[in-house]
Amino acid sequence: MLLAVNNISVVYSDVIQVLKGVSLSVEKGKIISLLGSNGSGKTSTLKAISGLLKPENGKVTEGEIIFQGKHIQNQSPEVITRLGIIQVLEGRQPFKYLTIEENLRVGTAIRANKSCQEDLEMVYNYFPALLARRRARAGYCSGGELQMLVIGRALMAKPELLLLDEPSLGLAPLIVREIFGIIKKINEEQGATIVLVEQNANMALQIAHYGYVMENGKIVMEGKAEELVENPDIKEFYLGMAASGDMRAYRDVKSYRRRKRWL
Amino acid sequence: MDFFIQLVVNGLSVGFIYGISAMGFVMIFKSSSVLNFAHGELLAMGAYIFLVLVTWAELPVYAAFLLTMAACFSLGFIVERLFLRPLIGEPLIFVIMLTVGLAAMFKGLILLIWGGNLHTFPDFLPSWLSLSWGSVSVQPVYTLALVVGTIFLVLFGLFFKFSSQGIYMRSVADNQRAALSLGVNVKKVFALSWAIAALVAGMSGIILGIINGVNVHDLSAIGLKVFPVVILGGLDSIGGAIVGGLIIGLLETLTGGYISPSLRDVVPYIVLVFILMVKPYGLFGQVEIERV
Repeated sequence: MLLAVNNISVVYSDVIQVLKGVSLSVEKGKIISLLGSNGSGKTSTLKAISGLLKPENGKVTEGEIIFQGKHIQNQSPEVITRLGIIQVLEGRQPFKYLTIEENLRVGTAIRANKSCQEDLEMVYNYFPALLARRRARAGYCSGGELQMLVIGRALMAKPELLLLDEPSLGLAPLIVREIFGIIKKINEEQGATIVLVEQNANMALQIAHYGYVMENGKIVMEGKAEELVENPDIKEFYLGMAASGDMRAYRDVKSYRRRKRWL
Repeated sequence: MDFFIQLVVNGLSVGFIYGISAMGFVMIFKSSSVLNFAHGELLAMGAYIFLVLVTWAELPVYAAFLLTMAACFSLGFIVERLFLRPLIGEPLIFVIMLTVGLAAMFKGLILLIWGGNLHTFPDFLPSWLSLSWGSVSVQPVYTLALVVGTIFLVLFGLFFKFSSQGIYMRSVADNQRAALSLGVNVKKVFALSWAIAALVAGMSGIILGIINGVNVHDLSAIGLKVFPVVILGGLDSIGGAIVGGLIIGLLETLTGGYISPSLRDVVPYIVLVFILMVKPYGLFGQVEIERV
């Protein structure tokens, strides 16, 4: 087991509780997908793992996070990134005034050996679009290019565990497909372990091995990706299909009663 | 005509010194968005440390210079550790007010140790540094400023553009959260930028000390002069600081020479207002890249 999250609670500013006992486990070399609607606590879970809760005044108050046998809950991001956990933030956070190549070089921050020519080539190999734009300032690149950039930037760190927060946010369906294809390729070729947070359940379950569904700060369902796709609740709430498999009509929404069971 | 050329030469020399004095200020703003009101006092610290090493310890000039640079570098580092680090994550205005306090503290410290009198360095500049064409001449100290300033400028330019640490420093200035997520050591970046800023400030303090003599009130007043310089050049551009310095220096001497010496401190500010009306980010400031 690469990463084990055991029953953690997360509280912001000492009063706002967002996670109420979340447990999950991540096996080496697998893609784990974390699904759920807005505000269900997906991002907070990632931040608890990567240590980025701390600068936002959040804290793991209960439970433990174990990475390669070490307890890492409430550690600073400087420490956790050096253990090999890199989070790709939601909403693409490029360094706007740095060029694409300089952005990628920031990814070497946690490494002792800064020479990075090979890794740059590896990233350009996965994302040829970046090679053409390597001297351009990131602030003037398109959303798709930026998403590739931030994933590539994280790869430069050679992470043991890559946490991807909504890579499909605000992108055209074709670009989303392309990026998910590359994520899968990275997983297969580099053996990178990936935790993928997504709204786009359909795409996420296509490439993931295992999935968790979160609601209101709790895990409400988990299972192998192929099983989750077949689950009638997932189909209805996340894939937008009625139990029969047809597209669901707005007037027969009866989700409330079944939803209640989950909470 | 000779008078005009001499004024321009003087203006550019003074302006270049303003520019390099402002470099340290820009460095801190660039990495942490903090306006450092203690900049003038950092200049003064450099000058006084050099003074002690040259007159009291009687070290050779180059050794004293290197030691002063090392001392200023450490001073910047210590200041960051002791005073600024506890405020990481607090609103910027707290940090800026803290630098106002630092300014008062350093000034008090200098007054306590050296008093408020004017001290002078022994004359150590060789006369071959003075340049002249016909009736126009440049004093040795300005030649020195040009050489030393250019060396620093080129070194820092290369450092920020190509070295890994320089790129990390720019990444923190750009997007601190993203830098954190990639494991950039933000504390180290802040410490380093204060250390480098104090080093540059010390260097320009020494040069100013050679020109005007060493006096804490005069030197800290120069610290205020960096404000029009950097605002004109763009708060986050090191090259802009130099150009801003040249413009302000030129305006000062031309006003002093042709209009009235008593107006020389006023006219640059008037011009500043007009330039900012046209270019609100300063001449070379980064225009906010906005994505809609």
